[in-house]
Amino acid sequence: MAMTMTQKILAQKAGKPSVVAGELVECNLDLVFGNDITGPVAIGEFYKMGATKVFDPNKVALVPDHFTPNKDIAAAGLAKTTREFARKMGVHYFEVGQVGVEHALLPEKGLIKPGDAVIGADSHTCTHGALGAFTTGVGSTDMAAGMATGTAWFKIPEAIKVTVTGKKQKHVSGKDVILHLIGILGVDGARYRSLEFGGDIAQLTMDDRFTIANMAVEAGAKNGIFPVDEVTLEYIAAHGGNKGVAYAADPDAEYVQEVVIDLNEVPLTVAFPHLPENARTVAEAEKMKIAIDQVVIGSCTNGRIDDMRAAAAVLKGRKVADYVRCIIFPATQAIWKQCVDEGLMNIFIDAGAAVSTPTCGPCLGGHMGILAEGEKCVSTTNRNFVGRMGHVTSEIYLASPAVAAASAVAGYICGPDSLE
Amino acid sequence: MKCKGFAHKYGDHIDTDVIIPARVLNNPDPAALAAHCMEDIDKEFVKRVKAGDIMVGGLNFGCGSSREHAPISIKAAGISCVIAENFARIFFRNAINIGLPVLECPEAAKEAAMGDEIEVDLDNGAIHNITKDKHYVAAPFPPFMQKIITAGGLVEYIKNKRED
Repeated sequence: MAMTMTQKILAQKAGKPSVVAGELVECNLDLVFGNDITGPVAIGEFYKMGATKVFDPNKVALVPDHFTPNKDIAAAGLAKTTREFARKMGVHYFEVGQVGVEHALLPEKGLIKPGDAVIGADSHTCTHGALGAFTTGVGSTDMAAGMATGTAWFKIPEAIKVTVTGKKQKHVSGKDVILHLIGILGVDGARYRSLEFGGDIAQLTMDDRFTIANMAVEAGAKNGIFPVDEVTLEYIAAHGGNKGVAYAADPDAEYVQEVVIDLNEVPLTVAFPHLPENARTVAEAEKMKIAIDQVVIGSCTNGRIDDMRAAAAVLKGRKVADYVRCIIFPATQAIWKQCVDEGLMNIFIDAGAAVSTPTCGPCLGGHMGILAEGEKCVSTTNRNFVGRMGHVTSEIYLASPAVAAASAVAGYICGPDSLE
Repeated sequence: MKCKGFAHKYGDHIDTDVIIPARVLNNPDPAALAAHCMEDIDKEFVKRVKAGDIMVGGLNFGCGSSREHAPISIKAAGISCVIAENFARIFFRNAINIGLPVLECPEAAKEAAMGDEIEVDLDNGAIHNITKDKHYVAAPFPPFMQKIITAGGLVEYIKNKRED
């Protein structure tokens, strides 16, 4: 029976020669992780299950990244619960000062490798499919069961094949590609399905791939996955070196839908409020002269070094517009340091941007950049739902780091080439 | 098991940020979460809801974040079951895991109006819109999921398995 990449991984982890879409399987997990919001709830459920220790401390990670550095007393309590459990169980744990946004940090630390099956109590766990692994978001109770048993049940998903062709145009990044794709599929177009990427992917950097896989869930997908190639292997060699197992889809694997993304035709793209599927071209947005109050550059979607470089390239020698707040969040300490080493930090500060320690903070309206009534924000994050970053009347426009940086300078939504 | 109550009707793509905003996730106590359930799109919900009431959504109900706080807040607010045209996958999984019944039934979801009185038989998926006097049947759960539901959620299911 021909299988997709996802189906092959799930079959292997379920100990079966093959699986078919719709089948329910129980899989062994290579990593189970959560954060300071989902972790404490999972820890409570873990003990309720009667569990006393995790199945394998080396295969469990707790990443306190959402409300850290602790935003208030209640959040400090959640971080404390997370820390104490991690210490007691001896699992992977990253304290403030070493912590980063989980979906940037875990691959950097070499904790996820090709062919792995991973669950994370965070919807953007699909990010790690960029490494050729099956990784999917679950809730706290599934995380608890995963920590206790090392297994999870899955319904084998159908797949949508996304073939990349053509050449990436100037300033276009993985963010434009995924916003464009969600514009085509809709926010439920891949519901319960895998998004399996292929075609001419060599031109997509690892960071492009992380960004694209990250937002698979915004089309409703169970996971997004890229085949393993030289780009993947180069990344892995620099981050832990564990090559895992590379799975390729069978040539005759079945797909419920096939989409071709011709990169020659993918423009700079922005998703308008209040759904990620509201994709418009930046050129179209620019004509509307949408005045903005804040720009956020960072998150599990766009807080990696490519993103920092793209923002710096635009901000270099320029100033953030008056009365606009531009806040930049390198996603991990290593990326932060690289920004210092490459001189990007000076560019950001000279431009009048604020640079923060890694946190998910503003993306989910947690802290570090909440929006007031009626404010508009261009954000490199992943969701522009009602009230996501603050007041229910605030508006979020999702875009790439290059577009966000250009908008910060102009004071309205625009692309880098429109700046003087 | 039967549920009976009044419908709280919402549209398509109801995301977990509007079900329970992140600003209140610093306190995961179910009662504390329930006090803020749906407030960003329906401030009256928490005042109006009565134990046993039924929430009705459109397409892709519960999309977005994996926060289990979303189904927890709905359940703690007194909602006995959620009927939608369909559900986002993480929400669906979380609801089953915490013991909040969720039923997929496009016709029942589309035709229900805010305030309709609805009765649901969870054993066979029969939905009766009493106000409109219409009967529907929701899609049945796969047997594996039914086991988790029968156990009362994933915690009990795992506990039972450990004791076997």
